[in-house]
Amino acid sequence: MSVLIFKVILIVIIFLISLGLAAYATYGERKVAAFLQDRIGPDRAGPFGLLQPIADGVKMFLKEEIIPTVSDKFLFILGPSLFMVTALMTSAVIPWGTPMEFGGVTYHLQVADINIGILYVLGVVSLGVYGIMLGGWSSNNKYALLGAIRASSQMISYELAMGMSVIAVLLISDGSLSLNAIVEGQKGLNWNVFYQPLAALIFIITAFAECNRTPFDLPESESELIGGYHTEYSSMKLGLYLFAEYINMFISSAIISSLFFGGYNFPGLEYLQTVLPTNLVSLISFGAFFTKILFFIFFFMWVRWTIPRFRYDQLMRLGWQVLMPLAIINVLITGAVVTFFGN
Amino acid sequence: MQLTNRSKVVVKKEMSFVEKLYLPAIFSGLSITIKHLFKKKATLRYPEVTREFAPVYRGMHVLKRDEQGRENCTACGLCAVACPAEAITMDAAERQKGEEYLYREEKYAAKYEINMLRCIYCGLCEEACPKDAIYLTDRIVPSEYSRGKFVFGKDVLVENIDERIDISKRKKSYKID
Amino acid sequence: MTSDIVFFLLAAISVFTALMVVFSKSPIYSVMWLIACFFSIAGHYVMLNAQFLAIVHIIVYAGAIMVLMLFTVMLLNLNKESEPHKSILSKSIGIITGGMLFLVLLAAMRSTQLGPYSAPETTDVGFVQKVGMKLFTDYLLPFEMTSVLFIAAMIGSVVLAKKERNI
Repeated sequence: MSVLIFKVILIVIIFLISLGLAAYATYGERKVAAFLQDRIGPDRAGPFGLLQPIADGVKMFLKEEIIPTVSDKFLFILGPSLFMVTALMTSAVIPWGTPMEFGGVTYHLQVADINIGILYVLGVVSLGVYGIMLGGWSSNNKYALLGAIRASSQMISYELAMGMSVIAVLLISDGSLSLNAIVEGQKGLNWNVFYQPLAALIFIITAFAECNRTPFDLPESESELIGGYHTEYSSMKLGLYLFAEYINMFISSAIISSLFFGGYNFPGLEYLQTVLPTNLVSLISFGAFFTKILFFIFFFMWVRWTIPRFRYDQLMRLGWQVLMPLAIINVLITGAVVTFFGN
Repeated sequence: MQLTNRSKVVVKKEMSFVEKLYLPAIFSGLSITIKHLFKKKATLRYPEVTREFAPVYRGMHVLKRDEQGRENCTACGLCAVACPAEAITMDAAERQKGEEYLYREEKYAAKYEINMLRCIYCGLCEEACPKDAIYLTDRIVPSEYSRGKFVFGKDVLVENIDERIDISKRKKSYKID
Repeated sequence: MTSDIVFFLLAAISVFTALMVVFSKSPIYSVMWLIACFFSIAGHYVMLNAQFLAIVHIIVYAGAIMVLMLFTVMLLNLNKESEPHKSILSKSIGIITGGMLFLVLLAAMRSTQLGPYSAPETTDVGFVQKVGMKLFTDYLLPFEMTSVLFIAAMIGSVVLAKKERNI
């Protein structure tokens, strides 16, 4: 029973971390953008502008809420809610650190260690597109519809390459789909990125596309589609869309680091486990994992403020004619190497 | 015909394999942006920090007093004539007995108004003034909510006796005594 | 006991959502109900301890195929005003074909024998490893045939798309 209580506490903590991190990612995005452009960024609300996300949240809640009269009201509200739910659901299978121990009982820092972990992530990610599609369609606005259609076709196209690049990782990690097992197999500096650099590159690129981040932000490209799928949204419903994008970014970073960059592993973890108490090591490993996540979130932002947006045909060509064949070739080569030379 | 030697011939050549990969270009772009992360920021936190003005900066006008605190302006109207934007208007009046400590000469400006919305801050009024009365300073005209408030009268323009406006820098760099 | 309750709940949801697919007026809502139906069926797979099948069912059907369906429905802009009027002839043809399909199904159902359900010995039948082993040993031929079929379909769609461009 106490395991259940621990899981509930863990879920609440992960939930709060996701939301808090997403809030501060909006602040971080503006700060990073400013720094990369030789500006200062928000610094008026609180010291260094640290209260800016709270001010933004209050603003979002107090704005007038507009539902277009000709829209489908139910779907219009369902859209952002669905997007948020799917964004938050993915964190369930991510192992956050080495197990903790209270009173002789071991608790895993993972909500659910299901044996199809990575497939679960792909499944939930593929559902995320419904939020965008429903929102875009029910707005009854041609820009919103265009954004929604772009989002769905982009996500479906890039999901394939993403799945293919994951298969290569599964081949070298004894065929287990559980994220926990994949992370366990990357002890020390034995990270998958050193064995599968191509798969890592493809996965990172497709993760950018799945998060609708620049250079793949065509669904909401401001300069051509006003706001894309959330053109008609206002108030906190718009806030949910923007917020969920940052949660997606957080989850993607977590998955990139656990698939390719060793998750909570770092060189010297085994040594620490022999010296320090278990719970402290667990917290340190969580810290290491979190550092990796923060780096990838920064990387997302860094790329956004460097690279311009793709054209739509370029996006499709990259997805289908470059990433997809590359991922398949990578799987073939990896499979051949594993079969003929063993691990 | 070649007009300058700055023109560049645009060649649409096939990209090499490395260029087609785009990744080197992306990484060089990323390295450029990361360099900017550590550069000095161009922004000033304005109300706390103000940018330093050039000594010849022409901002809000001031009507000077002399050392004894008497107004220099004699309402000769040369500034109003010189003003290309016709922003300056004034009414002259004669100095009465017992007002010697207020005005330096027998005639003074009873009303002196500059419409700050018309003013183009050219500084011609300052050049025209024979009495060292009007100067443009490095102060910024404050913003207001209505247009009427931008017609500045003597209450705003004339400097206070106990807080003089420093125009020495401007005199040094610009005016030949 | 709890599994029984969950089963009947899921079954009720599947039947209800499947009915709603047919009965809802707006095609968009039909698609949404169908997605809900797929989820309840995935729930049934989980009940049978076939997590792999459940998640693949969601990825393939709810995540990809239904997105394409939604895509099409959105582009068609089907609503009450633009719904084409159907003649009595087409309606009666529909009823006759539907009724015949129902008859066939009924005849097929009549001959099946409903025996007591016995759970399989091992609980990990639906795990990835087990499914993979089965697919690549016992069912290798059908599996490969399906892949050939898919490639044929893909090439066909590419050919169709290419042909249009030349005109």
